Amino acid sequence: MLGYVLRRLLLTLPTLLLVALAVFTLMRLIPGDPVQLMLGDRADDAQVAEQRARMGLDAPLPLQFGRWLAAVAKGDLGQSITDQQPVLPLILERFRVSAVIVLVAVALATLLAVPAGLVAAWQQNRPVDLFIVLGATLLLSVPSFWLGLLLLLFFGLQLGWLPVVGYAPLSDGFAAGAAYLVLPIVTLTLIETGVLTRMARASAIEVQQLEYVTHARAKGVPEWRVLARHVLPNAFAPTLTLIGLVLGNLLGGIAVLETVFTLPGLGRLLVDAIYARDYPVVQGVLLFTATIYVLINLLVDLLYPLFDPRVSVQ
Amino acid sequence: MKWRLNAVVGSALVGVILLLALAALVWTPYDPLALSLRAKLQAPSAAHWLGTDEFGRDVASRIMAGASTSALVASVTVFFAVVGGSLVGVVAGFVRGWTDRVLMAFNDTLLAFPGMLLALALMVVVGANRWGIVLALGLAYAPSVARVVRGTVLGLREKEYVEASRMIGNPELTTMARHVLPNCVAPVAVLATSMFGWVLLAESALSFLGLGVPPPAPTWGNMLASGRPYMQTAVWLGLAPGLCIALTLLGINLLGDALRDRLDPRMAL
Repeated sequence: MLGYVLRRLLLTLPTLLLVALAVFTLMRLIPGDPVQLMLGDRADDAQVAEQRARMGLDAPLPLQFGRWLAAVAKGDLGQSITDQQPVLPLILERFRVSAVIVLVAVALATLLAVPAGLVAAWQQNRPVDLFIVLGATLLLSVPSFWLGLLLLLFFGLQLGWLPVVGYAPLSDGFAAGAAYLVLPIVTLTLIETGVLTRMARASAIEVQQLEYVTHARAKGVPEWRVLARHVLPNAFAPTLTLIGLVLGNLLGGIAVLETVFTLPGLGRLLVDAIYARDYPVVQGVLLFTATIYVLINLLVDLLYPLFDPRVSVQ
Repeated sequence: MKWRLNAVVGSALVGVILLLALAALVWTPYDPLALSLRAKLQAPSAAHWLGTDEFGRDVASRIMAGASTSALVASVTVFFAVVGGSLVGVVAGFVRGWTDRVLMAFNDTLLAFPGMLLALALMVVVGANRWGIVLALGLAYAPSVARVVRGTVLGLREKEYVEASRMIGNPELTTMARHVLPNCVAPVAVLATSMFGWVLLAESALSFLGLGVPPPAPTWGNMLASGRPYMQTAVWLGLAPGLCIALTLLGINLLGDALRDRLDPRMAL
């Protein structure tokens, strides 16, 4: 078990290094000279050269990468071009907004999806199953930004129950802040419930065909106990992996939802930085999000043996 | 029975959308780009089945034109992702050794990014236009094809008929093309079907963010974005494009389920 944990932890380091290299390379591939862009058209060659030297852009690429990596390791992601603020605190502030939405939504979706998937598998090919699968497939097919717009139109504009634009941090008072988060969370929960229900159902179907489940039934274990004790724990492991992937994908995909609900989250920060050609921010958000994604997958892999002890043995 | 229904409804939905997309290449009720400020924000009527937008453009015509843009972008993207990913996967799985390690290290690095994030990042490099999207999304999704193909090839190369082909003296390339590649078709087809859906969704999301196909060319995503400020009074601007995306995705998802049951019963849900 300890060996498994250590091996998995060690494997994360080269991945993170490669991710950093990919981000660095990507930023160097952007057409146009970032210095020229910063200084504008009126800067003369001497000014450009001086700024290049100051930013270390005249050094060979491997050296630039090394310096950047050293700075990143110290938590220095550079400065935003638009507002001259350090990038990391900016990212952390925006990340808090996105993280609350994503975490609450995925937690709610899991609470809905795992029982739904279990019931569907238990009732396989009966009307209840058909209903659940159809519902999940429908939810899966609705684009989040459209569902968000519809909910906003109905609950915000028609009924006037919830605010349509704006954001207040939860620290300014829970009720006021939460009002802005209800619709984005509901939207995400609905959509992710679709994805997770199908996965939970598929793995529960696989597990309930195994002999130990038949055995448990044959020896007269009550049906609810068969499901709760024998099917659920073993069917949950693959779903856990998917939850990890969903969490990571949402960090990249939440930009659209934050646009619909005008929330100052991480996705919106990235899109705004792309528009403003604020490359230090783009670079920082990419690195930060990819790192979080790698760490989430690490966490899932570390939790996996709790649900499926065979994993750590292999 | 239930799964046959999947295939029927799925193909019907996808078929209708593809027909719309093809039809739009030769005919739309109105010019999808023609402005008519006198006719702006009109509700659906006999003359404009789906109403008009904030510039008086016919929404139905724009939906049709949007279908061809989205279908084209998604098809070309999936084609490149499948061809590129398969090539990497086959080479890595068949040659193995250092080639495999280097290719997969590169591949897994790309997989370490959430798909949409990688696509957003690549859009910065390639620029927001329809071929930029193809390149960005193709690169973002090819690694998962490479993974699946490599896995399949690794399983296949130990099979007796592949061994037999080598023993009778066939060059590696012939063995690969004749005996290994054809057997990768089923898993790749299943993946490509779902990928078509992901790409379509990602393309509309990028267009919605203003980082996809630039206006005035209509896509369902940028139609939703530009209609958004008027949605309270002109609900149809928000309904039609979103419904089209949802129905297309539903069709693809149903078709994907049916195809998976058919081609790869082990993965049947």
